[in-house]
Amino acid sequence: MSLGLLLLTFGLAAAPGRDNCQECHAALDGRLAAPAQAYARDVHRRAGFTCASCHGGDAQETDPGLAMSKQRGFLGAIARTAIPKLCARCHSDAALMHKYRPQQRVDQLAQYLTSVHGQRLMKGDTAVATCSDCHGAHGISEVKDPQSPVHPLRLPQTCAGCHADAQHMRPYGLPTDQFEQYRQSVHWEALARRRDPSAPSCAACHGNHGATPPEVNSMAAVCGTCHALVEDLYRQSPHRAAFEAGGRGGCTVCHGHHRVLRASPEMLAGEKAICAQCHESGSKGAAVANEMAGLLAKLRDALARAQGILNRAARDGMEVSEATLRLQDGQEALVKARVAVHTVRLENVASLVHEGLSIADQSYRAGEQALRERDRRRLGLLVSLVTVSVAIAGLWMKLRAIESGGKQT
Amino acid sequence: MPVAVFSQRKARVVAWLDERLALDRIREFLAHKTVPVHSGTIWYYFGGITLFLFGIQVATGILLLLYYRPTATEAYESVQFIVTRVEFGWLIRSLHSWSANLMILTAFVHMFSVAFLRGWRRPREVTWLSGIVLLGLTLAFGFSGYLLPWNTTAYFATKVGTDLAGSIPLIGPPLARFLRGGDDVTGGTLTRFFGFHVAVLPAVTTAVLAVHLALVQRFGISSPPWLKTSEGKVPQMRFVPNFLLRELMAWYAALAALGVLAALFPWPLGEKADPFAPAPAGIRPEWYFLAPFYTLKLLPSHVAFLEGEQAGLIGFGLLGLWWAALPFWGVRPDGRERTRLVTGTGVLLLAWLSSFTLLGYLK
Repeated sequence: MSLGLLLLTFGLAAAPGRDNCQECHAALDGRLAAPAQAYARDVHRRAGFTCASCHGGDAQETDPGLAMSKQRGFLGAIARTAIPKLCARCHSDAALMHKYRPQQRVDQLAQYLTSVHGQRLMKGDTAVATCSDCHGAHGISEVKDPQSPVHPLRLPQTCAGCHADAQHMRPYGLPTDQFEQYRQSVHWEALARRRDPSAPSCAACHGNHGATPPEVNSMAAVCGTCHALVEDLYRQSPHRAAFEAGGRGGCTVCHGHHRVLRASPEMLAGEKAICAQCHESGSKGAAVANEMAGLLAKLRDALARAQGILNRAARDGMEVSEATLRLQDGQEALVKARVAVHTVRLENVASLVHEGLSIADQSYRAGEQALRERDRRRLGLLVSLVTVSVAIAGLWMKLRAIESGGKQT
Repeated sequence: MPVAVFSQRKARVVAWLDERLALDRIREFLAHKTVPVHSGTIWYYFGGITLFLFGIQVATGILLLLYYRPTATEAYESVQFIVTRVEFGWLIRSLHSWSANLMILTAFVHMFSVAFLRGWRRPREVTWLSGIVLLGLTLAFGFSGYLLPWNTTAYFATKVGTDLAGSIPLIGPPLARFLRGGDDVTGGTLTRFFGFHVAVLPAVTTAVLAVHLALVQRFGISSPPWLKTSEGKVPQMRFVPNFLLRELMAWYAALAALGVLAALFPWPLGEKADPFAPAPAGIRPEWYFLAPFYTLKLLPSHVAFLEGEQAGLIGFGLLGLWWAALPFWGVRPDGRERTRLVTGTGVLLLAWLSSFTLLGYLK
C-alpha cells in the first residue's frame, strides 16, 4: 500500500502525457468503457491528470496486467468512504491548487467533515452524499460550466436527486418536499425564470461542502447574508426575543423555509394573514398589523396608479422620463416601508408610506399634466390642419381661376 | 390712403428697386420659364419639397441652437430641457427630426425620378453630379445629427457607423480617428459632430445647393425623351404662377404631414448614453443606412483576400461611383442612350435599397 501511494504521488507529480488506461477502456464495452468516455471531457484530464492519478496503476504501461497490478500501485474502484480524502489529496493542497486555480479554496474536506453528509460517511453510512455524488465521478466540469450538476442554476435539481427521493430519505426520517416547496418560492423564480445565478438556492442557506440545516438561532443570520437590513431590524424587534424563547426560527416563522413567497400586505392582514397565527383578532398586535397592511396596500395602489398614467402618457409620445424617475423614489419608499414592517413599529412604516404617497401623488399629477398637454397638442394640430387645408383650397381656387382664364400655355 | 395714391407709391418703389436690382430681368426670366406637362410631372415637385424641408431644417435647427449644449455631460439634459421646459420646444425638436427624415426620403425620390425621367442627359451632367453630392451631404447631416441628443441608441449607432468607416481599406483607420476625435466615441466626438452639423455641412451644402439651383435655372426642367412630339415640343405650363402655386400646395401638404407626425408621434428622447454600459441588443442605424448595414451583416467573414466588411464597403463605394457617373455611361459615344442598362440599374438599386431597408428593419 505504501508503495502504491508512493507511485500514486509520483504519478501526480510526473503528469504523464500518455494515458493507456483511457485508450484501452474507451475501446471496451459497457460499464468498463463509460468512465473512460466520460473522462475524455473531464476538467482534470484537461489539466493533465490521468486515470492513474486517482486509481493508481501505471498509465504508461501497455500491458493491462502490469498496468493494473498492485506492484504499480493500482487501487481499483475507490470505496465511497475513501472518496473525500482521495479528492482532498489535491484539493486540500494549497501549493498544488495554486498551479491550477490560485483563487480556489482548499478547505472543502474540512468543511465536508463538519457536514451531516461527512459525519455520517465517517461513521460508515455510504448512502450519504460524497464528492462524486454532486460533482460527478469521471465527467467532472467546472462549477461555472452550465452543464455542471453544481452550477448555480442546476444545484437544486442535484440536491433533489437524493432529498426528493422518498426511499433514499426514509432511513433518515427527512421530508422530501423541499424541492417542490422551493419551486414555489421567490428564490426559485429568480433562479429559474430570470436565470439569475446569484439567486439563493440550497447551498446559499445550507452551505455546500459543509451542508447542514441552519439552527433556530442562526436563521436570521443565514437570511441576513443577503437581507442584511431586514436582519438588523428584526434583531431590534420584540419578535426576536419572542421567537427565540419559543424555540422558533426567526424569519422562517413568517416566511417559511423553502417556500418563501413574495412578501405582500396580505401577509399582515386578511384571510391569509401570517400575523393572525399568533395575534388574535382584536388584539393590539393584530390592529397594528392591519394598519400596516392598509398603509402598504394604499401606497402600492397609488404607485401603480401613477405608473399607469405615466405609461399612458409615454405611449402617446409624451416626455415623462423625469416623473418616471421620480416615481422610482416612491417604489423605493415602498420597499423601505415593507422592510420597516420587521421593526413592528407602526410609526416607522407610516412615515415611509406617507413619503411614498407624496411622490406617487406628484407623479400622478405629472402624468395628468402630460395627458392634458397631449390633448392641447392634438387640438393645435387640428387647428393647424384646418388652416393648411384652407390655404391649399385657396391656392387651388386661385390656380383654377388663372387656368380657366386661359393663362396656361 | 386713396387707391390711386397707393398705386403711385408702389410703382415708385418698384421702379426704385428695378433700377438697383434689375428685377425686370428676373421678371422677364420667370415669365418665360416653363415646366413640361405630362403624366410624370408630379415627380418634379419632389426637388422643391426637399428644398422646403431643408428650409424647415435650417429654421428649426437655429431655434434648437438657442438651448442645445454640445458636451457629453450636458447634451442629453439640454435636449430634455428643450422638449420638457421650453415653450414649443417639443414641437421644434420633433419638426427638426421628422423633417430630416422626410428630407432624406424626398431627396431619394427626387434622385430616382430624375434618373428614370432621364433628367441627367446632356447638358445636365453637372446638375446630376451636384445633386448626388447634395444627397451625400444630406446623409452626412443625418449621421452627424443623430448623435447630438447623446442617447443610448445614438451613441452605439455612431460607434457602429464609425467602426464601419474604420474598416475601409487604407483610409479607414485615420478616417475613423478623424471622425471620432480619438480611438473611441467620446464627448470629443459629440463636439466634433456638432461642428460638422451646424457649420461645415451647412456651409458646403449652401454652396452646392446654390450651384444645383443655378444649373436647374440655367438649363430648365428636362422632359423625358420619349415625350418628344413630331414637332419636338412637349406641352408646357408657366413656372409662375401655374407650377409655383402647385408647388406651394405641395409644401403645405408636406407641412401638414410634418405637423401630424410631430404632434402624434413626437420624436423620442431615449435614455442618456452610458459609454460604460454594454450595447443594447439589436442596435442598428437609422433607416436610411439600413440597406448597406444589413447587406454587410449578410456578407461572409472573408471575400477573396479581403474581410467581408471591407469587401462590402469597397462594393458600396464602387456602386456609388457607378451611379454618380450615370450621365457618362448612360449614353453611347454615338449619342444613343443605353436605355435598358440605365433603367435596369435604377430598378435594381431601388429594389435593393427598399427590400434591404425593410429586411433590416424587420430583423
